[in-house]
Amino acid sequence: MVKLAVTGAHYGLRDWLVQRITAALMAVYLVLLATILIASPPHDYAAWRMLFSGQWFRIASFLFFVSLFWHAWIGMRNILMDYIHSTGTRLLMQILVILALLFYAVWSVDILWR
Amino acid sequence: MLHRISGVLLFFPGIPILLCSLQTAMDSPQSYIEFQSFLATPLIKGSLILAMWFFLHHFCAGIRHLAMDLHYGVTLEQSRMSGKLVLVMGILLTILIGVKLW
Repeated sequence: MVKLAVTGAHYGLRDWLVQRITAALMAVYLVLLATILIASPPHDYAAWRMLFSGQWFRIASFLFFVSLFWHAWIGMRNILMDYIHSTGTRLLMQILVILALLFYAVWSVDILWR
Repeated sequence: MLHRISGVLLFFPGIPILLCSLQTAMDSPQSYIEFQSFLATPLIKGSLILAMWFFLHHFCAGIRHLAMDLHYGVTLEQSRMSGKLVLVMGILLTILIGVKLW
């Protein structure tokens, strides 16, 4: 009888879960944001800045961006693993995705806390 | 498949455009006004609605995934049905928001 052993790097289940948790967090944030924007649309620059001046709004937005970037990394990595079969090219593209996302993370903090 | 294509497009050029827009809208009263008039051009409005569709499709398809993880609608027949529903909902929501924004 052949005994089947589970192999692999074992990050599959964790990433599967992270992908869903980040998705749910983003969905909640976006529904809340849409509700705020529909209930009292900011009509000018002052009102728009006012919305972003609240510390809680900044923190929630930052959590949204972290979720977005983490979610994007897992998604992009899975797609690259499925379609790019040359190890060198895939590694290069994965590095580019990571660098881009790290850059975006710093950028989003800069935008939210300026 | 559309979930993947829309996902890639949301990653690029989606995320950099989102951050650029947010930065321009936040920077100064002047850049805010410039950004508003930029959004008012028909070409940009059209592109924005297309981007909206990518996002809304990805959003609906994601909710379908979450539902299936919770064992809702996992039979072949149900999943085919919900697959079509996702496509229709994405387009319908895009039209709804598009009409409102235009």
